[in-house]
Amino acid sequence: MSSRDSILRKIRSLKLDQKPLPEIPDFKGGDNLIEGFSTAILGNKGELLTADELSTKLESGLYPSVYSSVPEFGKFANQALPTDPHSFSKLDLAILKGQFGVAENGAIWLEDSDLGLRAIPFITEHLVIVLDQESLVSTMYQAYDRIGGQHSGFGLFIAGPSKTADIEQSLVIGAHGAKSLVVVLI
Amino acid sequence: MSHPQEAAEFLKDPAKSKWHDDTLWFIRDKRDKMSHSVPEWEELRELASTIKDNVLGNLADYLEKFERNATKNGIKVHWAANAQEHNEIVLSILKEKECKAIVKSKSILTEECHLNPFLEKNDIEVVDTDLGERIVQFLGQPPSHIVLPAIHLKKGEISELFHEKLHTEKGNEDPYYLTQAARHHLREKFLAAKVAITGVNFGVAETGEFVVCTNEGNADMGVHLADTHIACMGIEKIIPKRTHLGVFLRLLARSATGQNITNYNSHFRSPEAGKEIHIILVDNGRTAQLGRENFRNSLKCIRCGACMNTCPIYRRSGGFSYKSTVPGPIGSILSPGLNLQKHSSLPFASTLCGSCTDVCPVKINIHEQLYLWRQEITKAQGTSVKELSMMLGNGIFKSPLAYNYSGKIMRMALKNLPKSMIYNPLNIWGKQRDLPAVPKESFKEWYQKNRS
Ligand code: SF4
Repeated sequence: MSSRDSILRKIRSLKLDQKPLPEIPDFKGGDNLIEGFSTAILGNKGELLTADELSTKLESGLYPSVYSSVPEFGKFANQALPTDPHSFSKLDLAILKGQFGVAENGAIWLEDSDLGLRAIPFITEHLVIVLDQESLVSTMYQAYDRIGGQHSGFGLFIAGPSKTADIEQSLVIGAHGAKSLVVVLI
Repeated sequence: MSHPQEAAEFLKDPAKSKWHDDTLWFIRDKRDKMSHSVPEWEELRELASTIKDNVLGNLADYLEKFERNATKNGIKVHWAANAQEHNEIVLSILKEKECKAIVKSKSILTEECHLNPFLEKNDIEVVDTDLGERIVQFLGQPPSHIVLPAIHLKKGEISELFHEKLHTEKGNEDPYYLTQAARHHLREKFLAAKVAITGVNFGVAETGEFVVCTNEGNADMGVHLADTHIACMGIEKIIPKRTHLGVFLRLLARSATGQNITNYNSHFRSPEAGKEIHIILVDNGRTAQLGRENFRNSLKCIRCGACMNTCPIYRRSGGFSYKSTVPGPIGSILSPGLNLQKHSSLPFASTLCGSCTDVCPVKINIHEQLYLWRQEITKAQGTSVKELSMMLGNGIFKSPLAYNYSGKIMRMALKNLPKSMIYNPLNIWGKQRDLPAVPKESFKEWYQKNRS
């Protein structure tokens, strides 16, 4: 018998009680979505900028190599989407559009169609996510309600920059992924 | 060695063990503040526990459903009855891909299966990419905590280690500096790896997707650059529906580190164009635990580590004292199921204060299960005076087990055995406390005589 069949058979032979699944109630969450979301992003060590502030920052020439999938900031980009993410190993900044944000924890949902390549938010030195204010939801319950059953090969919540506290619990921003996360609410 | 003996090793450096104790308590405190900020916290715990009850009662159906949906999405599903088979499956994929070096992100399951030494024996370089795991890997140690692998080390030790391995400046102990050195070192490994291995936090039966949570981004960095992603998942990690993630992701990071969510929460449903995803569903003792009615609940664990951070014994004895892949309170109920002989002292490494049960996000009755294991073990070990005195003489009096023996036998033993045996250096519990004066009669006897 294959391991698959023997595992399944062993489980079934236990004849365990079948307990019903609970209904998941919508706990609603806080009302002030923008305030909640902003507090959470700052708490996760992200930054918040307005579109103008970001433009000024980009004009300063701080980031030599920039990729953007957001048309509003397209004029600052000088990199096209490659076929192999390894070519982005020296990318300074990526600007992506998020689908929606979650007020309770600052998490922002992106899928394959928003990412271009799945590696981009990780391989880039710095990351900007542009998000519609209108898109904010209150809790993870509403977040999954909104994602629904849609089929994307990959999707993720990003809630801050790459971070670690593995050395004596001292917080360090910039472990393996993006060293900073700027969120622009429009 | 038993837990108390191992703990004595850890306590040899009082300053460090005090730091360990305080630091974990600080994390426990953060967890409290975070959980109090969610009004429905207790309801979420109850929901999570009830969902897991449903999972454990229908595990076979959910696993089949998961397999069906994942396969439909283009994920290759494998099954492993035990650690050996799991390791062989990983190796066969690596051979097929002609891969000699892999990157791996945090996976307690692969620790449990001892995958690293197995692959290394087969000439494959394994690089653990979580910073804490890389540190302990350099030292040839296992992680001492399931969420904070290097919590037993001070920055001075890490600085020295990095100076030797990564040629950082001697004496530079700045955590930022050391982390950046690791970032550069690991980036090369990420860019070169053709295969990446990750653990799994949740597998969703309804959609065939699985979720991996990290703060460092190392899991994603590995898998999105590699051509092949191998995900290793214990069969108990299944949840029925996607919407249930809304319950578990609200609990996990808040319980683990007192953050409201991990910074990266990746949902893998199908491979990127031209790439492959394999998932290995592993039993390795889980179906046996499922069959033990008293201990079945331990399979609800989502590996947040909260029970370790709060445990007065864990905080003071360190993760290594448990000699078990999963240490702390939950490890002390999981490991005896895997090897009762080896882990028989673990259920005694607890004050039964119940703090673990109070913080557990899936409401496992951890301290009650510890108590139940003690009864099983006491039964298995026999209780005659002769055996007890032999155990003492042989230095097997290493756990507070003896206190649990029926009082009469203990009082006799304490009176009749030479002090040198009781205060034997192997009796660690005698070290920092005196044994109580022996009462002439037990309360029961006294009560019987005096009740009228
Ligand atoms: S037993 Fe509960 S508290 Fe302990 S690691 Fe598992 S889920 Fe967390």
